[in-house]
Amino acid sequence: MSDENCKAEAKLIGNRATGFQTGNTEHKWDLAALRASHVVLAEYAYEKKPIVKGYAGRTLYVDLTKKEIREIPITEDMKKKFTGGRGFGLKLLWDSINPSTRWDSDENGLVLTAGPMCGSTQYPGFGKSLALSVSPSTDIICDSNAGGYFAPYMKFAGFDAVQIHGKADEDVIVLIDGVEGKVRIETAPGEETNSHVLAEQLTHLYAFEDSEKGKQGVAVVSAGTGAENSYWGCLNISFYDIRRKVARLKQHGRGGLGTVLRHKKIKAVVSRIDEFDATTNDAIDLDKIAEIGANYHKEMRDLDKDQCNMRTVGTGHLVEIMDAYDLLPTENYRFGQHPKAPKIYSPHFYKLWTQVIPDGCWYGCTMACAKAADGYTVMTGPYKGHKVTVDGPEYETLGCSSNMSIWDPLWVLEFNFYCDTYGLDTISTGTAIAFYMEMYEYGILNKERCGGLELCFGNADAMMELLHRMAAGDDDEFVKIAGKGARRVKDWLKIKNWGDQQLIEDCGMESKGLEYSEYVTKESLAMQGGYGLTLKGPQHDEAWLIFMDMVNNQIPTFADKAEALHYFPMWRTWFGLNGLCKLPWNDVEPADNAETGEPAKVPGHVQNYVDIQNAITGWNVTKEDLILQSERAYNWQRSMNVWMGRGRRADDWIPYRSMGPVTRLEYVSRQEMYDKQMVEDIGVPADSLEAMSIEDRMKMMYHYRQNRYQKLADAVYFRRGWTHNGVPTVQKMISLGFADETKMLEMLQQKIDEDEAAGLNTWGGDYVGDEKPPTDDAKYWEKW
Amino acid sequence: MTTVKIIKFDPSKCDGDLACEKACSNVHHKNENGGEWSAIRIIKGDTGLVMENCNHCGLCIDMCPVQAIRRLGSGTVVINKKLCIGCQACVGFCSSEVMRKAPAVITPFKCISCGKCVSACPNGALELVEVDLEEVEETVYHKQGVC
Repeated sequence: MSDENCKAEAKLIGNRATGFQTGNTEHKWDLAALRASHVVLAEYAYEKKPIVKGYAGRTLYVDLTKKEIREIPITEDMKKKFTGGRGFGLKLLWDSINPSTRWDSDENGLVLTAGPMCGSTQYPGFGKSLALSVSPSTDIICDSNAGGYFAPYMKFAGFDAVQIHGKADEDVIVLIDGVEGKVRIETAPGEETNSHVLAEQLTHLYAFEDSEKGKQGVAVVSAGTGAENSYWGCLNISFYDIRRKVARLKQHGRGGLGTVLRHKKIKAVVSRIDEFDATTNDAIDLDKIAEIGANYHKEMRDLDKDQCNMRTVGTGHLVEIMDAYDLLPTENYRFGQHPKAPKIYSPHFYKLWTQVIPDGCWYGCTMACAKAADGYTVMTGPYKGHKVTVDGPEYETLGCSSNMSIWDPLWVLEFNFYCDTYGLDTISTGTAIAFYMEMYEYGILNKERCGGLELCFGNADAMMELLHRMAAGDDDEFVKIAGKGARRVKDWLKIKNWGDQQLIEDCGMESKGLEYSEYVTKESLAMQGGYGLTLKGPQHDEAWLIFMDMVNNQIPTFADKAEALHYFPMWRTWFGLNGLCKLPWNDVEPADNAETGEPAKVPGHVQNYVDIQNAITGWNVTKEDLILQSERAYNWQRSMNVWMGRGRRADDWIPYRSMGPVTRLEYVSRQEMYDKQMVEDIGVPADSLEAMSIEDRMKMMYHYRQNRYQKLADAVYFRRGWTHNGVPTVQKMISLGFADETKMLEMLQQKIDEDEAAGLNTWGGDYVGDEKPPTDDAKYWEKW
Repeated sequence: MTTVKIIKFDPSKCDGDLACEKACSNVHHKNENGGEWSAIRIIKGDTGLVMENCNHCGLCIDMCPVQAIRRLGSGTVVINKKLCIGCQACVGFCSSEVMRKAPAVITPFKCISCGKCVSACPNGALELVEVDLEEVEETVYHKQGVC
């Protein structure tokens, strides 16, 4: 956009005196009737207390089956071991579930947490909630973070976390009422289930007064009918936008947590407050945070437009970068770029997103990446013809469209809108459907097998129809199994004996049962580990090492990659312990960042976080202590995975599509590069390569890359302080401060002994010639 | 034409005694400290004395997540301290860096064109002048990362 147009647009919106008009469809609800239809099933009155140095000092326990509500005090020991946020969530679940608990078990808990830094307003990205539960996709705990106002309001209302167990008999709302100091379970028979309407209704219904401030004081956690009928359920977290006058939505996307919400018959969890300000989080040195925050805002002001341009297009700017580097997944990750990709480059969305609005999903976030398209006219399904505000699309949603070969920005918005309102994770939905589309191309699926849907690449109508039928509870065999995700569809295709089983296994982009997020990792071994050697499954939450590894070649050896796969997952975990967003860490970097010793770590911003944690809590931590906080939670979660039967080497398996070319078409599409690797990396003499068929080259590359991944796992397990088979060792846990956690330590020792008896405490890689595993010592951890 | 009153500074008449700053900090903080307690600042630059003060461009209005900042009918941009949540977005983004934060006071403050500094100056170095608002706005908007 030219400067001239830009100025015109900025003035048009920036100077409005009476508020921005979205042009959305106006709804008229009988709020009094909705309110009157609620029956209070249980109520708990609590004493309202101020936050002390970032902590409310107690968590909330709700059992829907028993209609029980109580509070649990937070101990200093819990703060020390688990910090807060995701760490607290892990501890609360450890204390309340068992190894055989599954997503739909009565005792499974849905935990929503804040963190000690959550709710401060002086630095961008301080409003995240962390949600945890046993996932329907993976059968282990999934943690997922989201913006929106819920977690800060829950904390200011009085609780660092809420855990909800059991199942209601009918649709209920759990209200955490910081205005009256009450927690209520009340029925909600009349409200809509889908989020874009429900969040709006509840925002009006629970506002403490009929004003903009009243509506701003409400935050709603909801899912939708898609979450009820699939394993892809996300949690939508609302935040009322006072300029658009719309309850907007951010998502806990991954792992089916919305499915858990709806299974418990929770229509919504609501937190509300009537007052908060800069001092509510009770930082001991507010001036310090304000100074750091103001300096950061200046960096954003001066540098963002020439770095990531987050303030204008959010994470959408990544599409053109990924396409340029052959990393944008297209046609189910077969390729990394596409001639049509420029159609969904971020400039196309600039026109669709309303600009010059402080689009932070928590107050004070000047990165403002929560972009929104206002007055979008819905093209299909039950809301066809309605004008709505669509939150996003963010990069991952755009990557899903690319993966499904959908190249029209309006169809991207359509997909984004319905995923959100139906309570579906765009990532799992898009990645899985891209897999189904590839299976359709090979004839493994067809129109008859897909319930009458022509689910080929690029067919946006069929894709949307699948979502609508799924959300409507269609009982067609394919529609039902499709919503359970790529892993279940793989198993279903095998049972049906449709197609080559190895091809199916290699193409479906899931690991641990969770679908991949949207990066092509074939040429970055470190990023293969970044997806595979993770706690909850393949996502970009823990590590994003593609540029360090592939483009800049900064981590060439296994040990280098292992160090990165130790540091970055620990560093990124830290944000979730504190209720923070990661993006402000490195999506804008200080002007002198490149001149620092370790630019990938963005040391200047790391120091900001050290200083702010100290300024809020009164602790005296160093940057090393932040990693230690993360290591505790990270190892605890891996140990819980082991406990639940999914935390060993075999569980860190990844599909070959993420490692290399599965099909001849993929090999041929980059034959020059692959042939070069055959000679230089694998050691095939150049003059004998010509004699090999493409299939033989692919087979040799397959074994080479599989072995390389196992060697990487060896190095990473060793670096993280785990056994050969990926189990956290007792010695490691004691060094992290868990010496008195007897139940955990005994469980781990038992699992390690079982692995020993089964001969699994051996390295996974095949080492030849001069190659060496991380150590030859069979019980290396006993010396720690 | 919409106008706004801004402070104009004539360095040749300034004695550097900072009576303006003291008057300003009295308006905002009920003290006579001047300096970081004052919205208007007179600074010694390489080429002599310069004034750093708000020109009421209004970028801060669009930065505020709680709409605590608004433009009055007179054109003056003001902060509603009851609504402010102290995020410092306006402080960090102000293109002239004249949205201020005083020590131990989390809510920012800024020039409200009250004219107390003008009347406090014994030498007539300051005056309130009326300018075209559109011209003020054009100088800042498109350079602030908003497009």
